[in-house]
Amino acid sequence: MSQPNHSSRLAMRLLLRDWKAGELTVLATALLVAVSALTAVAFLTDRVGQAVELRAAESLAADLRLASTQVISEDYATSAAAAGLLVARTASMPSVIFAGNANTLAGIRAVSDPYPMRGQLKTSEQLLGEITPVDEIPEPGEAWASPRLLARLGVDTGTVIEVGSLQLQLTRVLEHRPDEGFRFADLAPTLMINYADLEATGLVQPGSRVSWRMLFAGDRSAVQQFKQQLNTQLASGERLEDINDTNPQIRSAMERSGRFLNLSSLISVLLAAVAVAMAARRYAQRHRDRIALMKCMGASQSYVIRSSLLQLFMLALSGALLGSLIGFAAQHGLAWLMRDLIGENLPSPGYEPVLLGAMTAISILAGFALPDLWQMGRTPPMRVLRHDLDPPPLRYGIPWIAAIAALVLLLLWLVRDTKLVLTILLGAGVTFVALGLAGWLLVRALSGFRGAGGAAWRYGLASVSRRGRESIVQLVAFGLGLMVLLLLTIVRNELLDNWQQSLPDNAPNQFLINIQTHETDALQEFLQQRGVQAPDLVPLVRARMTHINDADVTQMTFEDPEGEEWARRDSNLSWRETLQEDNKIVAGKLWSDSPEQNEVSVELGFANELGLKLGDELRFDIAGETVSARVTSKRTVEWDSFRPNFFMLFAPGVLDPYPASWIGSLYLPEGKSNVTLELMREFPSVTAIDLDATLSQVRDVMDKAALAVQAVFVFTLLAGLTVLWAAVQSTRDERRFESALLRTFGASRKRVLSGVAVEFMAIGLLSGVLASSGASLAGYLLATRLFELEYQFSLGLWLIGPIAGMLLVGLSGMAATWRVITHAPVNVLRSA
Amino acid sequence: MAETRHQITRLGTTNPILEDQVMNEATPLIDSPPVLGAPVLKTPVLKTPVLRALGLSKQVTSPEGPLTILDQADLQIEHGETIAIVGASGAGKSTLLGLLAGLDVPSSGQVWLDGTELTTLDEDGRAALRADRVGFVFQSFHLIPSLTALENVMLPLELAAAPQPAQSAREALRTVGLEARRRHYPHQLSGGEKQRVAIARAFVVQPSILFADEPTGNLDQKTGEQVVDLLFHLNRESGTTLVLVTHDLNLAARCQRIYYMEGGRFVAGPNQVTKV
Repeated sequence: MSQPNHSSRLAMRLLLRDWKAGELTVLATALLVAVSALTAVAFLTDRVGQAVELRAAESLAADLRLASTQVISEDYATSAAAAGLLVARTASMPSVIFAGNANTLAGIRAVSDPYPMRGQLKTSEQLLGEITPVDEIPEPGEAWASPRLLARLGVDTGTVIEVGSLQLQLTRVLEHRPDEGFRFADLAPTLMINYADLEATGLVQPGSRVSWRMLFAGDRSAVQQFKQQLNTQLASGERLEDINDTNPQIRSAMERSGRFLNLSSLISVLLAAVAVAMAARRYAQRHRDRIALMKCMGASQSYVIRSSLLQLFMLALSGALLGSLIGFAAQHGLAWLMRDLIGENLPSPGYEPVLLGAMTAISILAGFALPDLWQMGRTPPMRVLRHDLDPPPLRYGIPWIAAIAALVLLLLWLVRDTKLVLTILLGAGVTFVALGLAGWLLVRALSGFRGAGGAAWRYGLASVSRRGRESIVQLVAFGLGLMVLLLLTIVRNELLDNWQQSLPDNAPNQFLINIQTHETDALQEFLQQRGVQAPDLVPLVRARMTHINDADVTQMTFEDPEGEEWARRDSNLSWRETLQEDNKIVAGKLWSDSPEQNEVSVELGFANELGLKLGDELRFDIAGETVSARVTSKRTVEWDSFRPNFFMLFAPGVLDPYPASWIGSLYLPEGKSNVTLELMREFPSVTAIDLDATLSQVRDVMDKAALAVQAVFVFTLLAGLTVLWAAVQSTRDERRFESALLRTFGASRKRVLSGVAVEFMAIGLLSGVLASSGASLAGYLLATRLFELEYQFSLGLWLIGPIAGMLLVGLSGMAATWRVITHAPVNVLRSA
Repeated sequence: MAETRHQITRLGTTNPILEDQVMNEATPLIDSPPVLGAPVLKTPVLKTPVLRALGLSKQVTSPEGPLTILDQADLQIEHGETIAIVGASGAGKSTLLGLLAGLDVPSSGQVWLDGTELTTLDEDGRAALRADRVGFVFQSFHLIPSLTALENVMLPLELAAAPQPAQSAREALRTVGLEARRRHYPHQLSGGEKQRVAIARAFVVQPSILFADEPTGNLDQKTGEQVVDLLFHLNRESGTTLVLVTHDLNLAARCQRIYYMEGGRFVAGPNQVTKV
């Protein structure tokens, strides 16, 4: 009967009519909020992510770095230039330099223009002079020395120094270079020279320990392509480093910030989905009569379902387009708001978010609206005669399967972090069931309070109990909405605070290494005299790992290239009786009471990279002697705590016979930077490393992430409010009729409104209680499991939840029913 | 009357009706005493009845166990007849109507509509048959609130993919005297007007049979009478068969035959009461 063009015309007309009649307002709003929230977040995180990556790239001074122990072939530079990338070269090696009679070991770093391609050099005219960023490198014939180097030589700028067979003039103090890094190999104080001078120094000889680097930077996709190309061409001894290989502190901070942002978008998706589900449910319920009528007039089942699908598709399409536009505009606003932190020259966003918007709209509608519309399509035509005939429910849990499948697919596509998605989904699932169950109990319990008040009270509470199932659905929706709002406002702040507090203002900013055992007491005293809190000194023993379970590590192959590198380089061992608070045992036991063998605790990531298991035996060469130990525990370490930490930790006593030096970290307040210089004069063998630059980089990443989360929060808040709106709307029709009836029977407007207020406030209070419990639990789980942060249960949460629930739900419920109640009852009853 | 009954008049090609005239024509019918048997013989004999039911039963499950709401109903309705099914609430009238129109399936028994056995068709097959031959008028009007009067009347035409639905719908609205209100939404119309729109919607597809379920149930007496006059007038004009479910005996009395129902069964014999 029905030709496709006819059916689509009619479906479109009905959709437009529904839109005009306001039937789709909640559904469309929920969809629009979801899409615009997600696209705005995606656009913004895309750009901020790029900005953060750029910032992180500073610690490489490039986007990509090729490292080798041999001179790097010019072919790489040629092909990089052909790919439109900038190329710079560096070479570094240790060498003794002379200034008059003084001499010291320095890390020579020869650099070529346009080094650094990410980040900036900072210099001063002389020691303790004003620090300013510069956009150049030392001219040939010149050298820039770090303050530590100058202190060791006892000279200042203007001095002529000898580097190998070359004389150079010290023209500036090198206060900061972006790729300072934080490895023991980088410890000698830096002398920066021009790459062109390198050969003239005569330091590059066969067998000399030169680290050659070629640095690349440019457009993101070009860098990615070039990286893939390089990976296939690498010669032995050549290694590629990108931002993932940068400082563990920054990496850890970036990972966490990524999780915060992802969490915010995930919550927006969940909320929008709930709102869409509720709105679709109401839409489907209101349109059963229409479907019955259409079938009665001869529309076939497939026709009806086809129309619904077409309507959904049109909704998804317009939602995706409009939402993406709003998201794009909003993102510009957000970027403008954040310009001080992320800079005005944010990279322009990619187009992926638009695709994301479309995917979001389609998946949310397919997962959360389609089952209801499908069921609506099955309304029996007999409903035109018997109004109580509802469509048969969908079997085999189809609505649940659809919803969960849509969410899983969308979330996985969205965040690409399986652990996070699973955690959230599991959490959401448990929350849903728990809320439902608790809601049922609360609704039942509520009927006990009916006799406690006046008529409005009785009517209000009776409505909650009588509407049983709807009340529970509303309770779950409100509870979920409120829970997320609480999570976003209170728990989020607590988490962010905890995170930022994990890096307190007085986080260690100086690292002291190479302290001899006989110097430890004197050093502590020296610092105390200058009002600096003495550091907790930790022993360090240099060793080389030789065997894992009797296998020679030099002969072993490791799946993880990083593992191979770790296995073959010198290791730093330490020992401790008890762990620092930034270490946590995740497998095994720290030390046995009566060990049969030497015990070693290994850091989890290190263990994974080397494929170490509990019970494995490790053998080390320490100063020519062999020491073996069995792995008895694995630990996680907060690398961004800025404290000395070790991959391998021994039980006290084992390493006593071997020569050890000590290391420690301390906080040097601003204005006490001269303490370092004094310290280096008093304890010449001790090396102090300034962590301020790295620290501020980590703080910067944290601040940016926090701000982005705040901005994203606005959208999530909107999504939460849409859920509340949808929940209020869901019983509006019924309420309309009831109020009209009550008023017809002589109840005053005030009394009806009081009844409605009692009902909504009761539901709000109950959902608030549920929300507080849920938010506390979710906050605790998120903090401890996902972000590895401390979590403290707050009383405020328990007060704010129920009060906010009562006010928010009560007021919005009353606002939504206000018009319903003020309608003349006769109109309502006539149209019923 | 007898001559015009089967003279199929295309809806909308007649002159706009005058309600007074309809009232005048209808009044003597109501006053006439029921006469058993006679008029069916006067009607030109047609070979196939438009509607025929045989041993129609419907059982439902209730908390007290299986419940028979329609029990062994047989009936036969010829082309152009007007039939009333009367009975108290819960007598099974609406159930019977639903089964006769193919809106529901019987537990046992058969129904033939225009020669096609409804009970062998699936839901889509029954829907297709309804699209071609059946019109409905309901107690609660069942207009789609988001569509205008014109669009409501267009709906069955569009479902049947009829050409120029707007034009036919407009003519149908003119026939019921509501052309001027065609852009109004249902909530802007009175009860009587809504039912007149519903009547236009029912006749616009030129159905061979029209089912009316308590068409005056939601209307006051005067409006109800006007609506019924219109219904009978159009029915006569278009020669449609009318099956009317009501508990209003006055209304039923305007039909040629009356089936009485009680407890899911017909009472007082198969042909019930027939009147002119």
